Amino acid sequence: MIELFNNINASFCSLFGINSYLQGVIIMVCINVIAVLGMSVLTGFTRLFSFGNAGFMSIGAYATAILTVRYHVNFLLAILLGACFAGLIAFLLGSITLRLKGDYFLITCLGFGECVRVLFNYTKNLTGGSAGFPGIPNFSNMLFSVICAILAFFIAWRFIHSKYGRNLVSIRENEVAAEAVGINAFRAKRMSFVFSAIYAGWAGALYAGYLMYIVPASFNLAKSCELITTTVIGGLGSLTGSVIGAILVTVLPEVFRSMSNFRMLFYGLAVVLIIMFRPQGLYGYKEFSLKRLIGFFTGKNKKAKAEGKEGA
Amino acid sequence: MFFQQLITGISVGGIYALLATGYSLIYSLLDFSNWSHGEFAMIGAYTAIVFSTVVKAPFALAALAGVAGGALVSFLCERFAYRRIRRNGAPNMFLMIAAMGLSNVFQQASNLIFTGQYRSYPFQLPVSTVKVGSAYIGVLDVVSLLITAVVLMALIYMINKTQFGLNVRAIANNAGAAKVLGIKVDSNIAKVFLLAGSLAGVAGVLYGMKYNVFPTMGNVGLKAFIASVIGGLGSVPGAIVGAMLLGVLETFVSAYISSSLRDFFSFALLIVLLLVKPSGLFGVDVQDKA
Repeated sequence: MIELFNNINASFCSLFGINSYLQGVIIMVCINVIAVLGMSVLTGFTRLFSFGNAGFMSIGAYATAILTVRYHVNFLLAILLGACFAGLIAFLLGSITLRLKGDYFLITCLGFGECVRVLFNYTKNLTGGSAGFPGIPNFSNMLFSVICAILAFFIAWRFIHSKYGRNLVSIRENEVAAEAVGINAFRAKRMSFVFSAIYAGWAGALYAGYLMYIVPASFNLAKSCELITTTVIGGLGSLTGSVIGAILVTVLPEVFRSMSNFRMLFYGLAVVLIIMFRPQGLYGYKEFSLKRLIGFFTGKNKKAKAEGKEGA
Repeated sequence: MFFQQLITGISVGGIYALLATGYSLIYSLLDFSNWSHGEFAMIGAYTAIVFSTVVKAPFALAALAGVAGGALVSFLCERFAYRRIRRNGAPNMFLMIAAMGLSNVFQQASNLIFTGQYRSYPFQLPVSTVKVGSAYIGVLDVVSLLITAVVLMALIYMINKTQFGLNVRAIANNAGAAKVLGIKVDSNIAKVFLLAGSLAGVAGVLYGMKYNVFPTMGNVGLKAFIASVIGGLGSVPGAIVGAMLLGVLETFVSAYISSSLRDFFSFALLIVLLLVKPSGLFGVDVQDKA
């Protein structure tokens, strides 16, 4: 089945003339988009802050890798199981840690992420330890990754615009008021946490299928930081902003190859400057819309805003 | 063996304590965890390296320069980044994200300037050991422990007995009321950042003496942060006790169980402690956190 998929992908790519380098970039963009969407739901829409998402990514990646290599499970099922396993762990972790507030929740997430990494390094029989886990079938081709990313965006969009998503936003704005109108804040937060972990696991599974070889060290604290950084750059509270942020953060280093050493330096600076001068991020609370973009360039939007202000 | 490990543990704990008190001081004033704090130690260590190799200053002077370097960068961060974000009225989470960004910037910048190479001070350090009973104790450990003890005692004196300490405690208790009573909140916060930065500088120089100086050495700040959480965020004595506990625990786990599981035990201890007693050992203001 993987072979069939790869053949379709190969003919598709040759039809549009996409070379293998470009395919690799697109796959990495898709993986980052999925992970950042999960982060966006958690940080942007619920204002919970997790340094443990790289841990969930590694859980998804290792679960998928072990299922496909050791037990020859179909890769679609393996990805699904890997993501769900990450979600299950998040459910258990969230059940005990989400009653802690702010910094304390964050610290437990950080501790969890590091614990997972150290454990994967230690359990050599199961995961291969720090030498890595080789021989994963190459199932994340370009077409499949793009389909996954679009699906992930669609699900996240429906989730945020559902009753549950609105509950999350109300918790972000004022938790006490949200509880006063009958929202179970703890359960809603846990749902958001599990959602983000499933996305992280999904991204991790695709990552494993793309590189065909995973080591615990690639899911360290720096990876979690990178996810948060991307979310902040894209905008806290905008799904399209997160997607654009993820694309920017993945594609820019490829374009400026010669300056790739400065990558994290620039990201760090960008985050500090954004927090200082434009805390809502690139997109703020708005979603991308073609209408507003055209309005921006023709200057119609400002007029409409000014009229609206006069009306109010 | 046991005694030897204990001394090593306490001396490692001392370095953690120098950083952990900085976390606690800043947390008590601003309610946010300054993620870039560990990098101040790294900057202090590199400043000392630069002074001792490029300027060829004697060790005491280079060490002092390292302390000043840590303090200066800490002060600049507060003056140019954190203060502005505070004025924006942004949630505390934004301060934390900015601190994370700064930490990235410092780490990458030092990686670019000094390369990833491990460096050590160009001085003959007292690496010999003395035999006490059946144990061999490193002279360096004892020296570092003594310096730590003196610095921490000076810190506790400063917090508890001086006018500055009183101001800081007043701001920590209620910033609005302190302002009404005529305490200059912003300048005191800036002073606390100077103080915390210089403590980090001391920690950085000591850490550089004990191990090496490298761009990612700021990650020791993470351990110190755990220590300050174990002791109770915002409490200075708590941070010191937490740091000692963590240092001793880590040394014993590496010695008797497995050095690769060392970090697992530290983080597991953190999670378990937070679940059982979220406010830490010496925690204040429990209502807000649990």
